[in-house]
Amino acid sequence: MLEIKDLHVSAGGQEILRGINLVVNAGEVHAIMGPNGSGKSTLSYILAGRPGYEITKGGVRYFGEDLTVLAPEVRAARGIFLGFQYPVEIPGVATMTFLKHAINAQRKSRGEEELDAMGVMKLVQREAGKLKISADMLKRPVNAGFSGGEKKRCEILQMAVLQPLLAVLDETDSGLDVDALRLVGDGITGLRAPDRAMLVITHYQRLLDHIIPDFVHVLADGKIQRSGGKDLALELDRDGYGGALEPARATAKA
Amino acid sequence: MSARPETIAAVEEAGETYKHGFITEIESEYAPKGLSEDIVRFISAKKNEPEWMLEWRLRAYRRWLTMKEPGWARVDFPQIDYQDAYYYAAPKGFGSRPKTLDEVDPELLRTYEKLGIPLNERMLLAGVAVDAVFDSVSVVTTFKDKLHEAGVIFCSISEAVQDHPEMVKKYLGSVVPYADNFHATLNSAVFSDGTFVYIPPGVRCPMELSTYFRINAANTGQFERTLIIADRGSYVSYLEGCTAPMRDENQLHAAVVELVVLDDAEIKYSTVQNWYPGDKQGRGGIYNFVTKRGACRGRNSKISWTQVETGSAITWKYPSCILQGDNSVGEFYSIAITNNHQQADTGTKMIHLGRNTTSRIVAKGISAGGSQSTYRGLVSIHPKAEGARNHTQCDSLLIGDKCGAHTVPYIEVRNPSAQVEHEATTSKLSEEQLFYCRQRGLDAESAVALLVNGFCREVLQHLPMEFAVEAQKLVGVSLEGSVG
Repeated sequence: MLEIKDLHVSAGGQEILRGINLVVNAGEVHAIMGPNGSGKSTLSYILAGRPGYEITKGGVRYFGEDLTVLAPEVRAARGIFLGFQYPVEIPGVATMTFLKHAINAQRKSRGEEELDAMGVMKLVQREAGKLKISADMLKRPVNAGFSGGEKKRCEILQMAVLQPLLAVLDETDSGLDVDALRLVGDGITGLRAPDRAMLVITHYQRLLDHIIPDFVHVLADGKIQRSGGKDLALELDRDGYGGALEPARATAKA
Repeated sequence: MSARPETIAAVEEAGETYKHGFITEIESEYAPKGLSEDIVRFISAKKNEPEWMLEWRLRAYRRWLTMKEPGWARVDFPQIDYQDAYYYAAPKGFGSRPKTLDEVDPELLRTYEKLGIPLNERMLLAGVAVDAVFDSVSVVTTFKDKLHEAGVIFCSISEAVQDHPEMVKKYLGSVVPYADNFHATLNSAVFSDGTFVYIPPGVRCPMELSTYFRINAANTGQFERTLIIADRGSYVSYLEGCTAPMRDENQLHAAVVELVVLDDAEIKYSTVQNWYPGDKQGRGGIYNFVTKRGACRGRNSKISWTQVETGSAITWKYPSCILQGDNSVGEFYSIAITNNHQQADTGTKMIHLGRNTTSRIVAKGISAGGSQSTYRGLVSIHPKAEGARNHTQCDSLLIGDKCGAHTVPYIEVRNPSAQVEHEATTSKLSEEQLFYCRQRGLDAESAVALLVNGFCREVLQHLPMEFAVEAQKLVGVSLEGSVG
C-alpha cells in the first residue's frame, strides 16, 4: 500500500528526514517511536501533503502511485487520514457540519453519491456513541474549547466516519488521561481492518498497550534506526531511546 | 467546487447579456443627461407628483448645489462627474417590455437558470411584465390579498405619494432630512422609486416583505428611496437584496432608507448586497453610497439591521439607529467581504437619547486580494440616556498579505451611568486551519468558504432562513480565487 524509499525532506533549509525506508501493507499497524525532534511529525505531514516541506531525495508511493504530487484533499479522498497531534480549532463551524462537508467532499471526489444531512447524522452518531462523544459536542464548533481528551476523541471520530485506508495518527495519546487513553485506544483498535493500514506515531509504550502494533520502528536523527516487533516498544520503554539505540548506532558506525 | 468557475462565468456572461440586451431598448426612457432643476421637474412630472413633493425635491436640489462630496471615508475613487449621468432611466413602460418569457433572449434565461435564480425573479430581471404571466399573477395576488387583510400597506414610494400623501409628508425625511449629507440630498432631489411600507398598530406582518415580490422592484433605479413605518406594537421583517449580476461602469447607487418605529414595535431589516464588484483589475463595479437610518421613536421599540455586503466596487454606508424612546434597542450585525480591488468603509451609528437604551454591534470584516475594509462606527450616549448600554464587537479576518483591515470606533459618552464595551480582533486565515480542512477532503476554496462562514456565523444566524443559505453561498463565490 505505502512504500517510502530513501526519503529526504527539508523544511526552512534544514534537513529533517535523512533517508527513510518503510513499507506498509494493508491490514498492518506500524508504530513509529522516537525522541522529540526526530522527524516523526514531519513524516506524517509529508504523507498528508502539508505545504512547506521539500522532498530533496527519494519518494513515496501509495498503491503504486507517486503520492507526493497529489494535493492534500486528493490524498484524503484516496484514503489518507492524518490524526493531528494538535487538532486545529475552527470557530463557528459545528463539528457535525464540518464532518458533513468532509464526508461529501471526499465522496464527490471519488464519484460517489453525496450523503444527505440525515445520512451523515446517523453515521456520525453511531460512531460518536462508541467514543462517548455527546450530541452536544457535535453541535459545538470543531475543537473550539474542547479539552485535550475531547480533541483526540474527535480526531478518532473523524477517522471512524471517513473510513480511511491509511491512517496516520500523530501522537494521538499525548494529553490523555488513563480513561481517555483507553477510550481512544479501543476506538483505534476497533477500526483495524484487513484493508486498512495504520501508522501510529507515539513517544510512549502506553498507547501500544491498547493498540498492539505488528511492527515498531525507532526514528531518530531523521532515519529509522531500528525496526522490530511489539517487543521493541517494551524495550524502549525499559531502556529509553538512548539505550535501545546504542546497538543500532554502534552497528551504523562500524 | 467545480460549479464555481462556471458560476463566475455565468455572472460575467449575464452581465454582458444584460447590458447588450437592454440598453438600446430602454434608451428612449432616459431623461436627458445631466442634473438641473429641469431634470428634477421632469422626474417629478413623469411621476405626476403633487406640488409639495416637487417642492421638497427642489429644496433638496438647491441645497445639494451648495454641498461638497465628503472625503473622510477610507475609500478612493476618481471624481464623479454628476453631470455625466442619467437621472431618470426607469421605469420602463409596460408596452416596451417582453410580454412573456418566450420573448426574452433564451441565452439570458439559461444564464439565470444556471445562477439558480427562481423563475419569478428571473422574469422580473428579464423585465417581463409579470402581470402577463399566469403563475406569477397568482403569487402576487395571493400575497397582496394577505397583506391587505392585515392592513399592511406595501407599495412603491411613487404610489404612496399618490395614495397616502399624509403619511409620506409626515415621515419622509423625518429620519434622514433632505439636507442630511451629500448623497442623501442628491437622492432626495432625484429619487426614482423605492418602497413604502406601513404596518398598522398591533399587526405582526404575516410574511417577510421583500422587494422581490413587488412587480416594479426590478425597475427601481440607482436612487432608491425606502420608507418603512412600524406603528405601535407592530412587527415587520424586511429583506432587501439582489444577487443578480449586473455589469456596469462605475455606477453610483445612492439610496436612502428610513425606518420609523413607534412604541413596542420592531423592524428587522436584512440586506444581502451583491452588486457587481468590478473585475480583477478593479475596473467597473458599483459605488454603493447609501444612507440608512432608523428612528426608535417609541418606548420599547427595536431596530435590527443585518447586512451582508459582498458586492460593489466601493461600499460606503452606516446603517444607524437613533434610540430615542426609553428602553429602545438597536442592533447592527454586519458582514463585509472585500476581494480583489474592492473597498468597504462601513459600520453603524448608535445614538442613545432615551433612558435604558441598549445597542449591540457585531461587525465581521473579511478582506482578501488587494482589498481594503474599514469598520467605522459611532456609539454616542447623550446626557439624558440614563442607564444606556452598548456592546461592540469588531472582528477582522485577512486572507493573504496584500489586503488591509481597519477599525475606527468613535465613542462619545456624556452620561456617567452608561456602560460601553468595545472588543476588536484581527486575525489571518491560518495555514493550519486551511491544511486541516484540506486533509479532511475539502479543496482550498471550499475550505476558505467554510472557515469564513464559521467566522461570520454569529451574523449569518440573524438572517432569515432563505437569505442565510444564499448568503453562505455568496461568501464562497465572492472569495473565489483568494487562495492559491
